[in-house]
Amino acid sequence: MLKDKDRIFTNIYGLNERTLSGAKSRGDWDGTKAIMEKGREQIIEDVKGSGLRGRGGAGFSTGMKWSFMPKEIGDRPHYLVINADEGEPGTCKDREILRNEPHKLIEGCLIASFAMQAHACYVYIRGEFYREGEALQRAVDEAYADGLIGKNACGSGWDFDFYIHMGAGAYICGEETALLESLEGKKGQPRLKPPFPANVGAWGCPTTVNNVESVAVVPEILRRGPEWFAALGRPNNTGSKLFNISGHVNNPCTVEEEMGVPLKEIIEKHAGGVTGGWDNLLAIIPGGASVPMLPKSICDTVLMDFDSLREVQSGLGTAAIMVMDKSTDPIMAITRLSRFYKHESCGQCTPCREGTGWMWRMMERMATGNARIDEIDLLEEVTRQVEGHTICALGDAAAWPIQGLIRHFRPRIEERIAEYQATTAHAAE
Amino acid sequence: MSTPVDNKPGPFSFSAENVERIKEIVAKYPAGKQASACMPLLDMAQRQNDGWISVPVMDHIAEVLGMIPMQVYEVATFYTMYNLKPVGKHHVQVCTNLPCWLRGSNEIAAACKRVTGAGFGATSEDGMFTMTETECLGACVNAPMMQIGDDFFEDLTAENVETILTTLRNGGTATPGPQNGRHGSEPAGGLTSLKGEGEDA
Repeated sequence: MLKDKDRIFTNIYGLNERTLSGAKSRGDWDGTKAIMEKGREQIIEDVKGSGLRGRGGAGFSTGMKWSFMPKEIGDRPHYLVINADEGEPGTCKDREILRNEPHKLIEGCLIASFAMQAHACYVYIRGEFYREGEALQRAVDEAYADGLIGKNACGSGWDFDFYIHMGAGAYICGEETALLESLEGKKGQPRLKPPFPANVGAWGCPTTVNNVESVAVVPEILRRGPEWFAALGRPNNTGSKLFNISGHVNNPCTVEEEMGVPLKEIIEKHAGGVTGGWDNLLAIIPGGASVPMLPKSICDTVLMDFDSLREVQSGLGTAAIMVMDKSTDPIMAITRLSRFYKHESCGQCTPCREGTGWMWRMMERMATGNARIDEIDLLEEVTRQVEGHTICALGDAAAWPIQGLIRHFRPRIEERIAEYQATTAHAAE
Repeated sequence: MSTPVDNKPGPFSFSAENVERIKEIVAKYPAGKQASACMPLLDMAQRQNDGWISVPVMDHIAEVLGMIPMQVYEVATFYTMYNLKPVGKHHVQVCTNLPCWLRGSNEIAAACKRVTGAGFGATSEDGMFTMTETECLGACVNAPMMQIGDDFFEDLTAENVETILTTLRNGGTATPGPQNGRHGSEPAGGLTSLKGEGEDA
């Protein structure tokens, strides 16, 4: 378990001063200039060396991503874009950074921008986070007034501007290329890759898109040294991480814990346990709506990190843990998620546009039992036809929860169908 | 799109104050990329125009930003936060996605209906409330929750939903945030970390 001395987000609950002076008293903006004086290559090497993997869901090495940017500035400026379009159901960690730890993000953006030779950073915040946008803007104004950003940021000689761009209610804009389209003032429809954003990103210029949490932890990693971060967690799954624990627990909460913490332990220690006790657990979705659910038997022992969860055919995703106790109808639960994906499909690729609606309608029938047993296989087959056949990962995200349901709860679906058939047969007599 | 209601209340132009703000907003983006200001301008226009965006509003934004009107229509119709029809004084958005559903969003929705008389997609007869069912609003550890205007109301029960909406209907103000005494997203049973007890808290 993580000790307080190893926690990065020491004001994540906003219980202390959120102002610049409060942030400084907690260590933010300490020696930023000295960090920048290490030089771009050393910063990127250190971020790589820490083992930090992107906290937005995909888990790609942050340092590696930074190294894909052109080494020299050509005729096009470089940009850093921060993805604060937090909308994955179950996920509410970036919200806490934006409103309670904004200076960690701003300092991280300066360092990341410097490392990638960007003079401007745009933070794309989901439109519903209006108050969080205001909180971040207040912090940005403070940082400008204090000379921490702007011309000659922190006295480093590097000019750096920080802008906030508010979204307007589209989950798909959390996909990095849809986000860039939206930033350019268009519908948020994902772009085909390649070209990748590091080559052609915002306004056709080299761009790196990072999650809020990924960048907000960088200053502390560089201050304490990459070895410190790498020593937390497990190999290839290093560091600490914000977890959101929601659903059927006694005390839902956000908490920073060590990567690789046992799922059962984090729920019992921080969230007051499953309602009715651990034995009342039915299933958990461990990483936001897009990852397959896990039945209790797996939850008993699984560790919360990228590789452990992949081994059990799920994923860490955004580390949003949604707990369902035995009172939950798992078919209804997944049906609700299917409706979400149908609502959020951008409509660009046929398999997703048509498939999400088809899967949702099929799930509605499965939830009432108004289906045939062989249609479970048909549904599974359709999820395989959507998965991997779309420009972005929304198609996969819509397919995986259904696959997880069928994998672990097929008998429940069959039972529901049998019950329905018995009722209707009885009614027909 | 050109239905009579969409085209009310006639021509639109930004207020003098907003005209000044447009300059600041456009300056945030690279030269020649003023189309990026389309979303912030739609939001600003909606706030100026009683909470909704009419066709003349979109046409005006296209003119201001040198865009083809259709480009603005595409943006305005793609994102859910732009209201293309008039809304009530308070826009109440209730999250019913999984984390909120697990913690009783059905009861929250029912309580909303009891007070306002309006179901999702409708505006109450007194014009005070427009009710919308939304997808995840990103406050899942404070579920169930709803958004009214720009504010999140979290850790709801049917009772405090009724209190909040009744207060608003009577012209009062309601305090946003968690309604169960929590400060934010810390565990309600007391801190399990960051207790300020030194090494091994």
